[in-house]
Amino acid sequence: PWFLEVFKARILPQLSPVLSPQASCIQHRLVVRDASSLQILQLYTCLDQIQYIEWSSDSLFILCAMYKRGIVQVWSLEQPDWHCKIDEGSAGLVASCWSPDGRHILNTTEFHLRITVWSLCTKSVSYIKYPKACQQGMAFTKDGRYMAVAERRDCKDFISIFVCNNWQLLRHFDTETQDLFGIEWAPNGCVLAAWDTCLEYKVLLYSLDGRLLSSYRAYEWPLGVKGIAWSPSSQFLAIGSFDEKVRILNHVTWKKITEFDHPATISSKKTIVYKEVEKSPTVDTERLTFPPTRALASSLFSTQSKYDISQVPVSLQYIKPVADRANPKVGVGMLAFSADNCFLATKNDNIPNAVWIWDIRKLKLSVVLEQLCTIQAFQWDPCQPRLAVCTGSSRVYLWSPAGCVVVQVPGEGDFQITSISWHCSGDSMLLLSKENFCVCYLEREEVK
Amino acid sequence: MGDWKAITVPLLSSGSKNIFPYTSERKRSPTSMNSQVLRLSLPSPKNMYNFFGAFCTEENLEQSISYIDRELTTMGFPSIYAEPKGKELNLVCIINCMNELLVLQHKNLRAQEEVEIQHLKLGSDMDHLQNCYAKLKVQKLQNIISSRATQYNHDMKRKEREYNKLRERLHQLVMNKKDKKLAMEVLNYVGRADGKRGAWRTDKTEARNEEEMYKVLLSDYEQRQKQLLLENAELKKVLQQMKKDIISLLPPQKQKPKERSEDGLVLSDQEEDIGELNKENMWELSCETVREQLTNSIRKQWRMLKNHVEKLDNQVSRGHSGAWNEKDVISREDHELETGKLELEIQQCKEMIKTQQQLLQQQLTCDDDTTLLLQDCYLLEERERLQEEWRLFREQKKNFEKERKSFTEAAIRLGLERKAFEEDRGAWLKHQFLSMTADCKPENTTASAFLRSSDPDIRLVKSASRQRRLPSVLSPAVSPEPFQISQYIAQNSVASEKPAADNMPNLWVEGDDKEETEECTKSWEDSGVGPLFRNLHMEQLP
Repeated sequence: PWFLEVFKARILPQLSPVLSPQASCIQHRLVVRDASSLQILQLYTCLDQIQYIEWSSDSLFILCAMYKRGIVQVWSLEQPDWHCKIDEGSAGLVASCWSPDGRHILNTTEFHLRITVWSLCTKSVSYIKYPKACQQGMAFTKDGRYMAVAERRDCKDFISIFVCNNWQLLRHFDTETQDLFGIEWAPNGCVLAAWDTCLEYKVLLYSLDGRLLSSYRAYEWPLGVKGIAWSPSSQFLAIGSFDEKVRILNHVTWKKITEFDHPATISSKKTIVYKEVEKSPTVDTERLTFPPTRALASSLFSTQSKYDISQVPVSLQYIKPVADRANPKVGVGMLAFSADNCFLATKNDNIPNAVWIWDIRKLKLSVVLEQLCTIQAFQWDPCQPRLAVCTGSSRVYLWSPAGCVVVQVPGEGDFQITSISWHCSGDSMLLLSKENFCVCYLEREEVK
Repeated sequence: MGDWKAITVPLLSSGSKNIFPYTSERKRSPTSMNSQVLRLSLPSPKNMYNFFGAFCTEENLEQSISYIDRELTTMGFPSIYAEPKGKELNLVCIINCMNELLVLQHKNLRAQEEVEIQHLKLGSDMDHLQNCYAKLKVQKLQNIISSRATQYNHDMKRKEREYNKLRERLHQLVMNKKDKKLAMEVLNYVGRADGKRGAWRTDKTEARNEEEMYKVLLSDYEQRQKQLLLENAELKKVLQQMKKDIISLLPPQKQKPKERSEDGLVLSDQEEDIGELNKENMWELSCETVREQLTNSIRKQWRMLKNHVEKLDNQVSRGHSGAWNEKDVISREDHELETGKLELEIQQCKEMIKTQQQLLQQQLTCDDDTTLLLQDCYLLEERERLQEEWRLFREQKKNFEKERKSFTEAAIRLGLERKAFEEDRGAWLKHQFLSMTADCKPENTTASAFLRSSDPDIRLVKSASRQRRLPSVLSPAVSPEPFQISQYIAQNSVASEKPAADNMPNLWVEGDDKEETEECTKSWEDSGVGPLFRNLHMEQLP
């Protein structure tokens, strides 16, 4: 894979959902580039510092949210002259997002007073009252037909399901949760998972028409659910919890079929453990010049690393959680299924340097990636079973069933990758650091 | 008991009269004996020996006795001296004291045992209590947590209500304070993504939404059901296969008289099952009873297989373990006998095979010379036999030739005689005729008839004349009158035959005499004796 130059960008650049353009913003300017050549296509200027940008689903519009000013500006790619500004005024703005049809913008006002649905097609405005201020309070189905919103009235949780077509309320029902923490649709759009706050382990599964299908509770007292993930086929629901385990429910009976443990010592002989080791840079002493060139200097001081296969049993670096702090760094907080349903990647927060990859077909631990630094993020390729991991270093790590590889971002200085975003075609990915981003292009192997 | 230290401990002399079972301890060093003397607990048997050796010897006998007496008296026993200040010992007293001491020892031992048991009990009680305590502690903590949780929830609710109030207030304020400027400024409204126009929200749309939603749900359920059906069908197939395999694995049911009916039923069940479930289409078999049938039959078969395997296992283990059971012993003997027999059989068979092989080898791969020889032998035999036969044949042939020759000669003779006879006859007839014609001439017709008929006669005459010549040749062979007659007969017959035999080749009539005879002989030779005899025979008939 080859990289191109690193660009300075202030906030989350985003790869367009549909192929080409790529947008990033610097301060109050929005830069739109072509994704393959990174050539600047458009340049827009917004009124204030941009906090959030999002492409519409058809890649024709970009919204730029400025939370401080409470303004959302929308730009068109087709018509650069077109402009749109949404001012929430004194209501304030904490979140903004597109609707699945790409023609409505949902603004969440301050203190979660309401969600305003602005339409770009008509003059109509809709309001959703009492939205819940939780981590994942709004969820759209994959086909964009329905939207579920978590609400709270009179100290009770409710879920409302709207038809995105005309924003009509379809269903409204209460949930048996203490403090609803998040909701997520299954990829088939027929089941909605809702889970409670971490003080109470409870996962509820609702059908599209509001019926409670099942309720799952693994244990009572210790801290509960940290995160969930649906498998792309909607067959499995993986629940990661604070007890360092992942429990998998099946879609037929909604009962647990297995649980994955994350112990600090791996003893199974069938697990492959890849360990990242530093390798000292080879310096060609003959090529040394004085004064040393920048490239040479950076190559001397940048640490290269590679993967070694560790012999089982392996003991991983385990961090004992601090008992008296809230939101302890314990438990499985990151989990994601691969696009082909075959693998589940998890991270146990008290073994922060390891990524656990489980084979779903065998329901067994397949691979453990042990990195040198703490895992910041990982994301699956949307097309094939390929996982990209970043640890805050200037390297991105790729794993696939064929093996794993360390990819160094070339360039001077530190490039601390904090998040990854794949392109929908799986050919390239965005690597983001705090202030910069770069695009990594992956060569597709030709099938001979 | 501290007085133990005061005693001087002499070295163990080899000549000590102390007799103990622990003779090995004599090798002990004096220093170790010293240390053991200081022990206050019950001495071990080893130490016992040393004590006994260490305490009293021949030198310090007096001292030991007096010491013992002192100790016993302080313990409350009577003195062992016979008299208060004498040196004689009261044996009875000593024995009594010893007995008392033994009893005391027993008591102490029992007490110690009890104490130990108590100690153990207390220990286990302690553990138990500790566990209980831990559990109680946990429960207590849980109760604390739950109470705190409820309190916390209550507080949270209160705070939330307050917060909600604030929010409402804020919301009202915000909504009231309507900004002059439009909330949304847009250059121009954009068309919808799907190109359609937005619809009004009405009841109809609500109904349609519901419909859509149910459609989505239904299609999802249908898809899932399809998948499940497919899976079920697959699994059923697999189960069927398994059942067949299990049935094939099981040995044929032993026909015990009691169980025969059961087995019969079972078998018939199996057959029925197999028949039924194989005939019908898999997709249709979704009803409860059929499913149950299948699973039940599989369970049955599996159980039988398990039992069978267990039986086999037991047999094998019994065979391996060789238990000291009479039955087993006998069976092993039998087994050994059997194996011996089998081995013998095997040996015999092997030998037979070897011999067979050798023979076969000889047959197939023996030398060329020997084979040729053998073949020659056979051929010679054959040849000799054939030669014999040939000889015989030739002899016979010769005989036949001789006979034939004689016959031909006879035939020729006959022929000659016949000719002669015919000639004579012809002559006689001529004579007769001449004599008759001389008598009566007008009988032309008869003459003509005769002429006509005399053609044969002329022929006859000719032949007769011809034949006359012959007799000159064959006369010696020709015998007198009877033969002449026979010749006449023969000629007649020949003559009578001739007109009939006109169609036949005229060799008989026109050929030369020689030819005739040659023909005769030829024909005789060719056809054998037959025809002439026949001719003769025919003449004789009328």
